[in-house]
Amino acid sequence: MLLTATLSPTVSVAADAKATHAEPPKIDVSHVNFYYGAHRVLHDISLQIQPNQVTAFIGPSGCGKSTFLRSLNRMNDIVPGARVEGRVLVDGADIYAPSVDVVALRRKVGMVFQKSNPFPKSIFENVAYGLRINRMTGSKDELRGRVEASLKSAALWDEVKDRLHASALALSGGQQQRLCIARALAIEPEILLMDEPASALDPIATQRIEELIYQLKSRYTIVIVTHNMQQAARVSDTTAFFWLGKLVEYGRTDRIFTAPTEKLTEDYVTGRFG
Amino acid sequence: MLRRKLVSSLFVGFCGAAVILALIPLAMILFFVVSQGIRALNVDFFTHMPTPVGEPGGGMANSIVGTLILTALGSLMAIPIGVLSGVYMSEYAGTRFASAIRFAADTLNGVPSIVIGVFTYGIAVLPFKQFSALAGGIALGIMMIPIIARTTEELLLLVPGTMREGALALGATRARAVFTVVLPAAAPGIVTGIVLALARIAGETAPLLFTSFNNRFFSTNVTQPISSLTVQVFTYAISPYEDWHRQAWAGALVLVGIVFVCSLLARFATRKMSGFTRS
Repeated sequence: MLLTATLSPTVSVAADAKATHAEPPKIDVSHVNFYYGAHRVLHDISLQIQPNQVTAFIGPSGCGKSTFLRSLNRMNDIVPGARVEGRVLVDGADIYAPSVDVVALRRKVGMVFQKSNPFPKSIFENVAYGLRINRMTGSKDELRGRVEASLKSAALWDEVKDRLHASALALSGGQQQRLCIARALAIEPEILLMDEPASALDPIATQRIEELIYQLKSRYTIVIVTHNMQQAARVSDTTAFFWLGKLVEYGRTDRIFTAPTEKLTEDYVTGRFG
Repeated sequence: MLRRKLVSSLFVGFCGAAVILALIPLAMILFFVVSQGIRALNVDFFTHMPTPVGEPGGGMANSIVGTLILTALGSLMAIPIGVLSGVYMSEYAGTRFASAIRFAADTLNGVPSIVIGVFTYGIAVLPFKQFSALAGGIALGIMMIPIIARTTEELLLLVPGTMREGALALGATRARAVFTVVLPAAAPGIVTGIVLALARIAGETAPLLFTSFNNRFFSTNVTQPISSLTVQVFTYAISPYEDWHRQAWAGALVLVGIVFVCSLLARFATRKMSGFTRS
């Protein structure tokens, strides 16, 4: 049990509850069901995500954790036949209300994808893209400043500052993923959704992404989907375990990994299945 | 074991023979065009006007410029319509209307070029009682649209969906994502498709016979008839004069040269731009 060694074993369920009521939740999900056509993918999910924390979604493939993540910034809107029931509040406002501007929502709730997806443009233009389309900068100097700040936030600046106008596709996989994080940070979201951001990276690049997540959490609310349980244990404050489209258990990460209340969670985090 | 090897090498042999058979006509065309055309090809051919029968020398300056103007007019019309139709077909792939457009494009692609010429005669020549470069451009444009539309569609569908999602996640609208990310990602291939379409229509004669007609004089006026290499070659080739036959061969050589340059440009454009699109 390599991972539990670093965790405090003395957290109780009561402490869990107290922690989650300290501040109003950043994201408040109640009774969400999700369908692809007639196929039901999520069953009655309710959970609250606290600001300036890292929340990890774990669970076996096909358990609905990515679908759930994508329902938090309505990325599923573009999937034909996708349908959501229930309520998702971000800062107390229902994001599925008819009056909601999806573009504004996605500016507030940024996203980093499993496979790094830099645009076939220069490094600079990749980061500037969101700023340009949302008309967030007035002058060229301001744009340059914001691009630089974003690349610094993503811990990529030193590696690319001399070749900002080279193609983003010439970067390594880990650099590309950090570029995508910089691109997401440039438009100053409040929440950052990360869908297995390190699953295609080698251990060193993965470590850099994890360090980055740790640094970013003071400024952003981060939700991360991961298949890697050690990663969830290392980076997150709270963990949600999904299984077959249901939320099995949700609580402080150290408790989920050391003293889960559900048998299913225990079997999964100890590697007995999944 | 031996039998399998034998069958395999036989099959490879047949494939190789088929390739050679397919290349023979190309080699022969090139050989005849070059060997015959080179005799009448000189600087005058590019800079001088045709001379009257019996007077030696002269060139096809008017036809060369005419062909360039006609293909430019065709592209001006076909590129926006073709690319936008391609975008529609890929964005709304799976809808009934998109399938209908795709079917229409494929049908239009198969319409004989002489029919397109006659059709354009009906809509762009008869009403004005005037052959014109513009009518010729329209006929060529009609031929280009389906090629460009289908190429654009197929290349857009090859762009990974994650790229579009990346743009949407940054607050781009659907149209914005298409025009700022998806379309540029497919641009090298689309440019290649456009240039190949250009090469294809630059060699068309039939659509021009009833539209741009021909012109013995140098003209850049799009409302007047205009000469083109293909129609000029046709006119000269069916004439009884030896001089004109030589000129026709030279014209054919220039045409092949233009198509060749187009193909090279297409390759070059693909390579130049792909540095930014493929890792």
